[in-house]
Amino acid sequence: MSRPRPTRRELLLGGLSAAGGLLLTGCRYDLPPTYGNILRMGDALTYAAHRTLLPTRALAREYSRADVSSFPAIGTTDPGNAALPTFNPAYGETYAKLRHGGFADWRIEVAGRVARPGTYSLAALQQMPSRTQITRHMCEEGWTAIAEWTGVPLAHVLRAAGTLPSARYVTFETFDWWRDNIDMVDALHPQTILAYAMNGRPLPVPHGGPVRQRVETQIGYKSLKFLRRIYVHDEFDDLGKDGSIANGWSWYAGI
Amino acid sequence: MPVPLHHTRWVRVTHWIGALSVLVLVVSGFVILMAHPRLYWGHVGNDLTPALVELPISPNYRHGGWTTPTPLADGPGAPVSASRTFGIFNKNGWGRSLHFLAAWALALTGAAYLLGGLRSGHFTRHLIPRRGELTAGHFGRELADHIRLRIRRATGGPQYGLLQKCAYAAIVFVVLPLTALTGLTMSPAVTAGFPILLTVFGGVQSARTIHFALWCVLVLFVLAHLLMVALSGFARQMRAMTIGD
Repeated sequence: MSRPRPTRRELLLGGLSAAGGLLLTGCRYDLPPTYGNILRMGDALTYAAHRTLLPTRALAREYSRADVSSFPAIGTTDPGNAALPTFNPAYGETYAKLRHGGFADWRIEVAGRVARPGTYSLAALQQMPSRTQITRHMCEEGWTAIAEWTGVPLAHVLRAAGTLPSARYVTFETFDWWRDNIDMVDALHPQTILAYAMNGRPLPVPHGGPVRQRVETQIGYKSLKFLRRIYVHDEFDDLGKDGSIANGWSWYAGI
Repeated sequence: MPVPLHHTRWVRVTHWIGALSVLVLVVSGFVILMAHPRLYWGHVGNDLTPALVELPISPNYRHGGWTTPTPLADGPGAPVSASRTFGIFNKNGWGRSLHFLAAWALALTGAAYLLGGLRSGHFTRHLIPRRGELTAGHFGRELADHIRLRIRRATGGPQYGLLQKCAYAAIVFVVLPLTALTGLTMSPAVTAGFPILLTVFGGVQSARTIHFALWCVLVLFVLAHLLMVALSGFARQMRAMTIGD
């Protein structure tokens, strides 16, 4: 029985994967899936190049208090407001109730490949070691803004939950039903924090209160607002129709 | 030294891959700029801070869809926050990925071209003006000829005039490398690893503005290049750059 001849697309994909494999020999990184889409192949090449050529622990520039700037709030600016087009019935009403109670009953869930899954209140997060950083937010649209963020390093939360050695990705779910994930390199980066304060005040709702993600080595859309759940896993998850890939966006946004 | 009469194969191949990449970069770059058609200087720039230039190139130009600003700190002149209420034009999902794909193509082709040019002596023989060639008088005469559109007939190979050499060398050795560096300066991952880029270009928004200005120069160069190709014998030039005749 003869094997069917590979199509041109299969040859191209195979070649690219082989090139990626060569690039990544000895590294801990897997390329995100491309689904035969040439744009996603370019994204995968950028990801491979960044993970291979850039230092993984280098800090994004931190600024002084005098550099703090005005800061637009875009996308979902209040998950609990049913009048806004961004309202999602799945968690919108829950969020509105939590906000009404000053987020005293807000909890973030940490689940998946961790030894001690559980939930943390805002007060519990605030009792953990904190990091304050004045950093630049770079939006994919092209604008930038500088703010001071205070929060608990994600690395600390993951350590507290006991991330299993096989874990390689962290997925975030939000109250406006956004889902996205990052690899362990960005998850364990010292500046990746769960921020609960902005410019020394409780994180305002339009900017993702009570707790948002800050991933300073990637473009703004990877810093999810209104966090609800953190899920640790071993294999890459494209998150189906909720994922950035199905919506036509690059999963990796370091550029 | 004998001058080869024809464009070599690697020059022709890199020329066309480069040309296609530049076309895709210009289109996708314009689409990206349409999402936020404001340019700034320094590290910060957004709809709540003053712009250097606002370009009327998309529905997002001066859209007024913002809630009343609220202060983010105490005291007068404090930075503010406002929420966007306007559904903006944004095709950056494919725009950005296409831009970076074409950037990869141009960067790899450019690297191959630079290597080929150095190894073969193409740069020193054809692109960089020879000793004594670059004089004010010579430059002035060529410039005057070009302004009057008195263009020499094409010879089908890299026997370039002085103005042509200067234009090609400036694009290859200055403009294109700077577009790559200013582009990389907009990457948060790259500037975390190489913060010197932020220092050199004076911030990510300065880099973005310089990036745009360089591409304006590049588009003007391409238009002038096409005009010169047409005036010096379009069919002859196309034969020279495709089949190498």
